[in-house]
Amino acid sequence: MIMLKEKPNMDYIEQLAGDDHLFKQKFITILQEEFPEEKKEYLHNINNDLSREAALNVHKLKHKLNILGLHKSYRLAVQYEEELRLGDTKLKQDFSSILETVETYLKTI
Amino acid sequence: MNCIIVDDETAARAIVSQLCTTVSDLDVIDEFSNAIDAIKFFNQHTVDVVFLDIHMPGFTGFDFVQTLKNSPKIVLTTSDKNFAIEAYEYESIVDYLVKPITPERFQKCIQKIKNTLVQQSQTSGPEGTGSGIGGELYINIDRRLIKLKFSEILFIEAKGDYIDVKTEKETYRVHNTLKKIKEKLPEDIFLQIHRSFVINFTKIIDIEDNSVLIEKNVIPISRSNRPELMRRLNLL
Repeated sequence: MIMLKEKPNMDYIEQLAGDDHLFKQKFITILQEEFPEEKKEYLHNINNDLSREAALNVHKLKHKLNILGLHKSYRLAVQYEEELRLGDTKLKQDFSSILETVETYLKTI
Repeated sequence: MNCIIVDDETAARAIVSQLCTTVSDLDVIDEFSNAIDAIKFFNQHTVDVVFLDIHMPGFTGFDFVQTLKNSPKIVLTTSDKNFAIEAYEYESIVDYLVKPITPERFQKCIQKIKNTLVQQSQTSGPEGTGSGIGGELYINIDRRLIKLKFSEILFIEAKGDYIDVKTEKETYRVHNTLKKIKEKLPEDIFLQIHRSFVINFTKIIDIEDNSVLIEKNVIPISRSNRPELMRRLNLL
């Protein structure tokens, strides 16, 4: 569970935004809106044994992990996405923990 | 330069859009969450650069690239490095950006696009004109460079803001002026005989009063151009 030691951060977003505070706020709002929707869709698919569809959801979600500086979690997501395409869900719990971490973080910023 | 952004993720589009704001001569003219809408837009607008996500539901980035007939410069954006080799099979794909895209990498990409456009303009000459290389001319039509041998060209006719380049097989409409194309043509073969016509001198079948016949086309000779035409004739 190495990835759980990671903490989300705003480094990348701040690098992108520079002094553009408007962009930073707009981007945070996008994440706060888009992430729960993608998570909801993922949970629906994974809980209904639709692993290939869930793989597509993981593909989208993993991009946000990178944005939030969760690079180890991102690598786990890459592996999970590949395994889901083959119907293997053994990383489901680890990925769920990552999603919870991100969701909690997004509520604090 | 203008560009569009095609990505099904709002956050990803926002990142590319923000990166584009750092380039003074790059305007984002629209954003699309799917490739189909982008193609519809593309069919009605001139787009220089497309930032294109590969992974999109239904219609992928590669489907998009294959669909375009007159391809702009395409930059693929993806979180998957595995498509890089496939990407470089397409001539229109100039770069491949792995998400999350850093500002430094984006600047390199922009420089790459600019270099490509400069190389292209050096090959094709100004928009809609031709570039003479040896015994041939390249004309730029809908971003496609078409090679015409001088010997294939019968005549060129001015049509308002356009010129029609008439060959034995086809007529090509090019957005340019008669004056500019004339500068690209060898003077020993081509001659202006009317304010709207430059002809391939070697293609004349006969001359009658104030017109010349080239294939089945009767082309007028203006009074002011007639002396030069007559001077060039190898009269018996």
